[in-house]
Amino acid sequence: MRFRDEYRDGRAARTLADAIARTVTRPWTLMEVCGGQTHAIVRFGIDRLLPPDVSLVHGPGCPVCVTPVEYVDKAIAIAGRAGVILCSYGDMLRVPGSGGDLLAARSRGADVRAVYSPLDALEVARRNPRREVVFFAVGFETTAPANAMAAYRARQEGLGNLSLLVSHVLVPPAMRAILDAPDNRIQGFLAAGHVCTVMGYEEYLPLAAHYRVPIVVTGFEPLDILEGVYRCVRQLEAGRAEVENPYSRVVRRAGNRTALAVMGEVFRVIPRRWRGIGDIADSGLGLAHAYAAFDAENRFGPVALDREATGECISGRVLKGECKPTDCPAFGTRCTPEHPLGVTMVSAEGACAAYYRYRGIPARSS
Amino acid sequence: MSRDDDFRLTCPLPAGAGDTVQLAHGGGGRAMARLIDALIRPAFADAELDRRHDGALLALDGPAAFTTDSYVVRPLVFPGGDIGTLAVHGTVNDLAMCGARPRYLSVGLILEEGLPLAVLRRVVASMGAAATASGVRLVTGDTKVVERGKADGLFINTAGIGQVVAPVPVGPAGVEPGDAVILSGDIGRHGMAIMAAREGFGFETVIESDCAPLAEAVLALFAAGVTVHCLRDLTRGGLASALVEIAEAAGRAIGIDEAAIPVADHVLAACELLGLDPLQVANEGRFVAFVPGAEAERALGALRCHAPASGAVVIGAVKEAPAGEVTCRGALGVERIIDMLSGEQLPRIC
Repeated sequence: MRFRDEYRDGRAARTLADAIARTVTRPWTLMEVCGGQTHAIVRFGIDRLLPPDVSLVHGPGCPVCVTPVEYVDKAIAIAGRAGVILCSYGDMLRVPGSGGDLLAARSRGADVRAVYSPLDALEVARRNPRREVVFFAVGFETTAPANAMAAYRARQEGLGNLSLLVSHVLVPPAMRAILDAPDNRIQGFLAAGHVCTVMGYEEYLPLAAHYRVPIVVTGFEPLDILEGVYRCVRQLEAGRAEVENPYSRVVRRAGNRTALAVMGEVFRVIPRRWRGIGDIADSGLGLAHAYAAFDAENRFGPVALDREATGECISGRVLKGECKPTDCPAFGTRCTPEHPLGVTMVSAEGACAAYYRYRGIPARSS
Repeated sequence: MSRDDDFRLTCPLPAGAGDTVQLAHGGGGRAMARLIDALIRPAFADAELDRRHDGALLALDGPAAFTTDSYVVRPLVFPGGDIGTLAVHGTVNDLAMCGARPRYLSVGLILEEGLPLAVLRRVVASMGAAATASGVRLVTGDTKVVERGKADGLFINTAGIGQVVAPVPVGPAGVEPGDAVILSGDIGRHGMAIMAAREGFGFETVIESDCAPLAEAVLALFAAGVTVHCLRDLTRGGLASALVEIAEAAGRAIGIDEAAIPVADHVLAACELLGLDPLQVANEGRFVAFVPGAEAERALGALRCHAPASGAVVIGAVKEAPAGEVTCRGALGVERIIDMLSGEQLPRIC
């Protein structure tokens, strides 16, 4: 298949891995920001091609993993109201709230529908004028433009029965929080290619300069990731800390101007709580004041239940790159995709799910 | 008959019955008798049904295989087939995987009040055609009607009886280290066809279901004298679930090579777009066969003479241990674990 197979070529991958091995003279710890990259790394065994001195740690870039439990609870509460159709991306349906997930809510009678695009939710609203249609708008900068477009069109059409439950987060503030942590060990970043497709990479320039970390815009195929690692370690070995963009077949410096325009119209930057990580200033998007009427939290009033998952799940530390899924004593035993203790075991982009799916359960000595 | 004619209502029902299924069609009275006589029995065209008895009287020699399956699918009609073709091929294929020649099928129809008779007409016509193509007879049946909202249009159950032709029982217990794992063709067509039809993705290329009867291809293996250790058709859960189930039941390990597994470009593109793994996508016309490594070439030769298996390839081999483990060598030469699907297959967020 074109645009796929050429980026999965085994020989080219080994050539890049050899180049990385020749470049590295001491240990380096890099973070791949996006969960899609984590899955590619574990699925293709990219980490196993790298020299032992290069460690990849998994970042917070799994959109459903960082959605706070209170928003899942809000979604479930709203879905349970009479006359409501709650639309969501498919992999949000299995994310546990404090008392179950949206699939369980559906089995109890709530009208919960998986959609492939927020514009599908718009269509559901058009076809069901007597029902309240709520779209659960989560994700990073990647999903923000399409979610913004749904609100934009609803306002233009005067579609009064559509609203958005927004829990959007932004990548650069999370990277800053990770770098500010006193025990930070991340020395370079593979930035999330899809996020940069929308945003461009200018906002990473001050980050790289201030924290003296190389940031390489990286795609999702094996050769993209190996190229990102190569550029990162080459900078580190040379004492450079710059922003590079080898993913130029997709990403432009200034991003997608049309997408940024609609995001700017519909959203505003607000503080957000990240599941497993905590509150981060200016780290999220909420609806702009002109779109307040389309905010499900306004339309349905306060339904907040402020509970954070506790117990033995270490997903917060996994999301910050402090440890690997297999460091968790519950991994693969008390915590599996069928019985998850945390979201990172559920989501299609969660690091724990990637290890479980592609590596199985490690043999334990004790 | 043209395709349009399939949908034209010609059923001689009582005046007022309209063009949809009514509760009276399941009431045991004249309406039901007319529905069966005018619409269902002609489509199935079997002398056993014409006897209008409570059951079918069958002649069987030697060991028999017996299986049942229920079919629920939305939409009822999709590119490459409909619920009727699924209901016949699915049960025929289960019999074939037992090493049996499919002989007889029963048909249970559960109709939802309001189902267009045109749809029912199409589905039973598909069942009749699928049965003829599979060499199986539809010899007994049952029809029920439930109130609107109590079923998703139409549910079908079929049970089947087949004549065992395998000289020794085929199943996971027969799997041995050194067995070749043969896949009968490219994977993922049915699951992606259904998903595309259900969600209206509007892909540039229409993906058609691979729904097909597999008995002739399987029987060709036995006719060629291949020592067949295990057979499994790939349905929900796809190739991944079938291999994991067999590895676990056999207490053996299976290693496959990703590069050897055929996936059509348009299916692969759809899977990539939605974040789905083709190994976990449903099929309705593909199977895996486990045969001794030395007989793999002969098996491929026999399979490739039959349309649904014309793309048969060896995708891997059975190893002694670790028991129950399925591994896949990926594009970069690194092995990964293959696991069953956890829960429902859901498209990812981005």
